[in-house]
Amino acid sequence: MDWTALRVSLWLGAGTIAILLPFGIWFGRLLAIHQFRGKVFVEALVTVPLVLPPTVLGFYLLVMFGARSPLGQAFQSLVGQTLPFSFEGLLLASAIANIPFVVQPIQRGFEAIPSDVRDAAACCGLTPWQRFARIEVPLAWPGILTAAILTFAHTLGEFGVVLMVGGNLPGETRTLSVAIYDRMQAFDDRSAGVMAATLLVIAVATLMLTTTLSRRVGVRRG
Amino acid sequence: MLRRIGVLLVATTVVIGTGAGVSAQRPPTVAAAANLNFALTEIANQFKADRGTSVEVVFGASGTLTRQIQDGAPFELFLAADEEFPNQLAKAGLTRDAGVVYAVGRLVIFAPNGSALTVDERLNGLARVIKSGKAGRFAIANPDVAPYGKAAESVLRKRGLWDAIRPQLVLGDTIAQAAQFATTGNAIGGLVAYSLVLGPGFAERGKYAVIPETDHQPLRQRMVLLKRAGATATQFYDYLQGTSAKAILRKHGYGVPQ
Repeated sequence: MDWTALRVSLWLGAGTIAILLPFGIWFGRLLAIHQFRGKVFVEALVTVPLVLPPTVLGFYLLVMFGARSPLGQAFQSLVGQTLPFSFEGLLLASAIANIPFVVQPIQRGFEAIPSDVRDAAACCGLTPWQRFARIEVPLAWPGILTAAILTFAHTLGEFGVVLMVGGNLPGETRTLSVAIYDRMQAFDDRSAGVMAATLLVIAVATLMLTTTLSRRVGVRRG
Repeated sequence: MLRRIGVLLVATTVVIGTGAGVSAQRPPTVAAAANLNFALTEIANQFKADRGTSVEVVFGASGTLTRQIQDGAPFELFLAADEEFPNQLAKAGLTRDAGVVYAVGRLVIFAPNGSALTVDERLNGLARVIKSGKAGRFAIANPDVAPYGKAAESVLRKRGLWDAIRPQLVLGDTIAQAAQFATTGNAIGGLVAYSLVLGPGFAERGKYAVIPETDHQPLRQRMVLLKRAGATATQFYDYLQGTSAKAILRKHGYGVPQ
């Protein structure tokens, strides 16, 4: 069992949520409430990472931020390390790959709030911020929670883009899913087996948690 | 209750997320060709026992690692499976100097237990299986990124088997993956690194024959220190040219320069 890899995976999952959740709440609500021209296009754009092969994302990140690109060289002279092959680079890749997982459930959550409720809250004299914090967020909460859990689970399972953008650096970019591949290549089937079982358990537990939570919310609301 | 869980979740992730920079002080990272899997792990352990400092080794195909170095991967030393890839990096100005040849690798043909393939150094057994039309998959490393794959291709060409066997080939990303295909019974066999079949557990999995060195371009394996190499990586580079490292390399089937 590679504990360092598990740690990297958990950090990556947590970091991705921390970056994406505020964005997802803002953007998901925007898509749910407002109608604007080109909305269909924006929604498609947000969903693209869902159907795009990870290699496409990996390719663009390497070409854009690699040590041979002007942007990558600028970044390197500022920070002293390229974005690819670093934890921060993985975080960026993972944040992009997870946009649909965070935006869609949150959008559905806000869409489920009837506009009457929002209007009533406004009539009661609540400020927009109070309406958002005390009425909308509690009602959209199941969506937000689902988004966080799905993002976390999906990040733990990310493989292709992690290997491409991160390489396989222990303690930095070697996540649990990459460590399994690495151990397989090193003919260490035992460790690979232990880690594969760990990820399987985490995945099943996460999905059970999502179902249980959303069901409980449904009951309480009904 | 539910809401409290949620608030807690968001709060912890924000705290964790902002402090996510993973620890600073780490041993230098060495990039190594996959054929070195067993040998270099042993040498790194010996280095740690002798000198008290350690290195972190990452294995991959030489071509993949070269590409990663060009894109800015933070390796300090690169042990390739050939000379071409290190030379390419030296030409691009990414290395300290031209480096040295540290080992000469050998290929073997391997057949797992129960395979229809019989192994011999001239590949007559392979030719027979192909002619019988009963050949299953045959594993080599991807010739584009793995020098051992390239060597395998030239052996098969030299024996006039390349065109016939091409539809049957499975390509491993690295020579280690090719060895995995060849030894787990997923293929009738394969052309893999001698150093890998000498590794633990391989002897009982099948039979092998060592391919004559003259049947392919010699697998002269060069290593280079990269520009960012620090003191420990430099020490390890010197250690690899010392007598104890050479003894380990020899034990794992490599030829060693005098």
